[in-house]
Amino acid sequence: MLIGHQPKPFLLAVEGLTVSFDGFKAVNDLSFYVEENEIRVIIGPNGAGKTTVLDLICGKTKATSGSIQFRSQELTRMKENQIVQAGVGRKFQTPSIFDDLTVFENLEISFPRGRTVFGSLTFKRDAIVRERVEEISEMIFLKDRLNTYAAQLSHGQKQWLEIGMLLIQDPDLLMLDEPVAGMSVSERVKTADLLNRIIQGRSVLVIEHDMKFVEDIAHKVTVLHQGQILSEGSMEHVKNDPKVIEVYLGH
Amino acid sequence: MINSRFFNRSELIGFLTLAVLLFVILPLTIDIFRLNLVAKYLTYAFVGIGLVLCWGYGGILSLGQGVFFGLGGYCMAMYLKLEASSPANTKIQSTPGIPDFMDWNQITELPFFWKPFHSFTFTLLAIIIVPAFFALIIGAAMFKRRVGGVYFAIITQAIAAILTILIVGQQGYTGGINGITDLRTLHGWDIRTDHAKFVLYFVEVVCLFGCIMAAQFIRLTKLGRILVAMRDQEDRVRFSGYSVANFKIFAFCAAAVFAAIGGAMFTLQVGFMSPSFVGIVPSIEMVIYTAVGGRMSIFGAVYGSLLVNFAKTSLSESFPQLWLFGLGALFIAVVLAFPDGLSGIWRDHIQPHIDRLISSRKSKSGNGWKDNSVADGAPAE
Repeated sequence: MLIGHQPKPFLLAVEGLTVSFDGFKAVNDLSFYVEENEIRVIIGPNGAGKTTVLDLICGKTKATSGSIQFRSQELTRMKENQIVQAGVGRKFQTPSIFDDLTVFENLEISFPRGRTVFGSLTFKRDAIVRERVEEISEMIFLKDRLNTYAAQLSHGQKQWLEIGMLLIQDPDLLMLDEPVAGMSVSERVKTADLLNRIIQGRSVLVIEHDMKFVEDIAHKVTVLHQGQILSEGSMEHVKNDPKVIEVYLGH
Repeated sequence: MINSRFFNRSELIGFLTLAVLLFVILPLTIDIFRLNLVAKYLTYAFVGIGLVLCWGYGGILSLGQGVFFGLGGYCMAMYLKLEASSPANTKIQSTPGIPDFMDWNQITELPFFWKPFHSFTFTLLAIIIVPAFFALIIGAAMFKRRVGGVYFAIITQAIAAILTILIVGQQGYTGGINGITDLRTLHGWDIRTDHAKFVLYFVEVVCLFGCIMAAQFIRLTKLGRILVAMRDQEDRVRFSGYSVANFKIFAFCAAAVFAAIGGAMFTLQVGFMSPSFVGIVPSIEMVIYTAVGGRMSIFGAVYGSLLVNFAKTSLSESFPQLWLFGLGALFIAVVLAFPDGLSGIWRDHIQPHIDRLISSRKSKSGNGWKDNSVADGAPAE
């Protein structure tokens, strides 16, 4: 199951990660490694602990034991905002955006500058910020909606906006929790196209149920079951693993 | 595209209307007794402005703003009391030169924490720094541990109760339940005359506009937008790389400082300070003024404070028993029917008519104005 050490250092190394909620081990002695520029998809049945793994990496949930090394920084000891500043971006399953702000303001808040109290008081909306916001808004198909309040966007547009908010942070590791869930067919196609463009030059960790989508983008697939790794490897390998077929794909 | 001006058109109208009302109309039309009452009402507007930032924008409901109002008020009262307690004025006491209530409580020496309040400069600094520091401690203790929402509101209320009990209990140091009374002069200038009240009214209104500008400045910076963002999606702010706790602490401290300035003004206007302006009931009343005015509107907070207090004075004179029920009913009605308060009613029902009136006149007077109207159409709030 463990992959031996390779010459290239891992971007993310999760080792012996365990979290228990009142005795229930949602993630149990989990280890996996993500390389630079790798696209890793995590699949598995409901309750397998997929979202919990992302929560642990981004600091939302504190690990009971184990370590998460990101570029030789120990994430389990860092605060959420420090983890973001280290270069980890996280998209939530349900669109979490700022309804009472415009698309422009949503993106501007995610722009990585002036993140302290004083810095945000003196933050200037200069040409660099404007250009970057416009560039990102074009990528996420919202260029003509910059002054629209986020609350008025459709579900799919909200998902794109949140992806845009991550992009503007320019993270080295991008974590996406079911990015195409609840989208219409045409939105799905656009999103897959968007994701294929934005994954260039960074590592991506995706949770997704849509197998077609997974096959399209995954370099490597990790199958989780009851908080542990059931199988790991290429999509081809995982698809033909009898254990995976039994607990997940067979259904 | 994006409104970069300090006030947009409707805010500018609101600002000018309020300025004309407070600087010109009220001083010219009402007598000094009523003007002094208005000044007293306006001291709560300072608290309201703070609550707009902290509660309306940041979503942090504090039911203990009376604490900071009181701290500011007591700082000012201590200075004035020391000036009123000169050895010449207090020579009949067993220990001349200390405040009268200390003498009554067999205290023979001025307590150490009273001594710096001989200095007016120190007092002015203390009015800002003491409540800010206190808010910083409370905020750090609560927000770093992610205590929020209802729990935070309850804790602030408990702090208001504790401070009241402390003030009442430590009679010799604080004046007890009566508070600090019989204040006379500020830097040798008698504050009890009608002329002084008139001048102090204008001093207060100038300070109020200073606070309005400061709050507007904060609202328009990225920090103001982060406060709104935090209210919506605290986690998203955190995962955008911000320390949510620090921003909440800032909002809470800013609200505390505004409240304290109001408290200091209250002492000057009314001539005394007592624990009855610190506790749970006054703190909740302050929230009601803000809710009635509109918790998302800085100007709304000012009008809310004026109107509710005016109603309180006139109604409590005629129906002293019923007034509190009336206030409670008003709060419930506002929360249920008009969550954005008076400013919400203005924005939804009156502003559109004014806009239509202006735009119909504009279209007649040619297109010279049109650029402006486009810019004003951009979301400003």
